[in-house]
Order: sequence, then C-alpha cells, then structure tokens
Amino acid sequence: MARKTPEINSSSMADIAFLLLIFFLVSTTMDVDTGIYKKLPPIPETDQPDEEIKVKKRNVLAILVNRNDELLVNGELLDISQLREKTKEFILNPNNSEDLPEKQVKTVPYFGDVMVSKGLVSLQNDRGTSYEMYIRVQDELAIAARELKDEKAMSKWGKIYSELDKEQQDAVKKYVPMAISEAEPKNVGGKR
Amino acid sequence: MSKFRKEGGKELPEISTASLPDIVFMLLFFFMVSTTMRDVELNVSYVQPQAKELTKLEKKDLVSNIHVGVPLRKYQKTFGTESRIQLNDKFATVDDIQAFIASEREARKEELRNKLTTSLKVDRYTKMGIIVDIKQELRKASALKLNYSALQGADEN
Repeated sequence: MARKTPEINSSSMADIAFLLLIFFLVSTTMDVDTGIYKKLPPIPETDQPDEEIKVKKRNVLAILVNRNDELLVNGELLDISQLREKTKEFILNPNNSEDLPEKQVKTVPYFGDVMVSKGLVSLQNDRGTSYEMYIRVQDELAIAARELKDEKAMSKWGKIYSELDKEQQDAVKKYVPMAISEAEPKNVGGKR
Repeated sequence: MSKFRKEGGKELPEISTASLPDIVFMLLFFFMVSTTMRDVELNVSYVQPQAKELTKLEKKDLVSNIHVGVPLRKYQKTFGTESRIQLNDKFATVDDIQAFIASEREARKEELRNKLTTSLKVDRYTKMGIIVDIKQELRKASALKLNYSALQGADEN
C-alpha cells in the first residue's frame, strides 16, 4: 500500500544554517597582507671573479644607518624626514651640479631623447639597527621614487603613475630610474 | 468603486519566513569560500612597523610566512626575550630557513613554485642583524621575492 511519506519539518533548517554561519563569521580572518615588496639580488656565481664595479663617487647616494638609528647620507647627518627630498634632488639633479650624479642621453619611448640620471642609491645598515628604522628608510625611498614617477607622468599625461598603462609605466620607469643597492652589513658605529 | 480603497478591519499578513534559510545559506557559502583559517599558532608576538608605500599581497596561497618576534611569556624561560624566528609552529634558527623554503616549495604545484613570495613578519624593535641573516639564507635558497610586512601608517600630508 502506498503511504504518503510525511514531510520533514524544515523549520529548524534556518537555525542550523545560522549556527554554521556564526562559526564561519567568527573563525574568518579577512585581513589582507600588506607590505613593502622587494626583490633580493641573486647570489653571485662563485667561479666568477670578483670584479669591483667602479662607480663614480658623485653617482652614489650612500645611506648609512648606525645602531642608534641615525642616518648618515653622503657623510652628512640627516634626519629621516629630510631623506625624501634629498633622494629626489639626488636623482633629478635640477641644477646639473658637479657633486650630484651625471646624466646620460637615452631614448625613452613617449619622451624621446632625455637626460637620464646615472644615480645609484646605496643602503647600508648596522646589525644593531632597528627593523622599524630600516622599514622607514625603505619607505621614504619608495615614496621618493613614486613621487618622481608621478611628477613625470603628471607633466606628460596629466595622470598619476599608477593610472598609466603598462607601456607608459615602463617608459616613466626608464626616465627616472631608482636603483637601490644594499650592501652587506657591517658593524658601523662600534661593537654591539 | 475605487480599487485602492482599504478594506478596513483586516489584520496585517504575516511576513513569510520561508526564504530565510536560503538567505542565510547564501551568506554561509560566502563566508565559507572567503574564509582562510589561521594556519599556524603564533609562539612569538610582534607589532609590525608602519609604512606608507605598501603593496598588497595578492595570492595568499603563494605566500610563506616567516615570523620574527619576542617569544610569548610562556616560552621566555627557555628562549629568552630576544627576538626569535618562528617557522611553522616551532622556534627555529637561521640554519633552518633553507629547509623551510624547500618544504614550502615542495607543497606547491610545480608550475607555481617559482612564484612563491616570502613574507617577513617582524617585530619593529628587532635588530637588523637577524633580518640580514635571514635575507642571506633566502638568497642562498634563491627565494628572491620578499615582502616586508608592514601596516598602513598615517599620512602626514
């Protein structure tokens, strides 16, 4: 005899779903990881002879950070708040000054033949430098680079760098190169 | 004669709750998909430094984390109060990093292995010495993509 199967009462379904929902709400972490992205240089091949790359002194912005978190930029004590301007001035060399980096004519797409700085930022820190200071220096350099790019992009296209398309970004990058080299750490400023 | 005249005296109809489970299920699935469980138990505590020029780490499954910070109170007897490295669940030394990177690579699919980013989550008062050692080890393991984890700082402009 065919009997009707009784319908399952589904009124508690909502409760079960709520329970699960609350569990996932509590256990979920929505935080996005943010940070300063860097690429490390690969370890040089051992069989290669150690060739010292000669760079003229005026082309290097030497930043030293000692264990007391003090900055020495090209032999001059600086506060961290001045670093950004100093870096921008170094890369741009607006007055073609003798002790700021040389420039070199390069052909950059969109811009044509322009003077491109040969400047190089060299960063060296002590083993006793605090991580916070290191990040602040890196951050200031990154901001300086971004502001330079923004300036160039603004004068050319009236847009900031991040709004440009890929090719335009590459062109701007070529125009204002920002090379940061990190030296092997030394114990600058005394023993720990 | 008007169609819109209220027929007075009638009680308000009850709102049907039949679709409530569906709505809740929809929310549930959203959270189930978007959720990522915290994969390691932290043995060190750290306060990340602040920075302004930040990039977001897009693919979470391609990130391996290295925590460096002060050991929690219960570990301070054995490990002291100086900053220590934590890999996975355990305290580690600089020498363990290459093996850690190798095992992280092993866990990924072959075509994704060279896209692995290492995220350094470091306490702000850590001395750079330990970071420099870690960076050297990462270079040796040719894990060259590095992210210094930092929080969004207030802009002074």
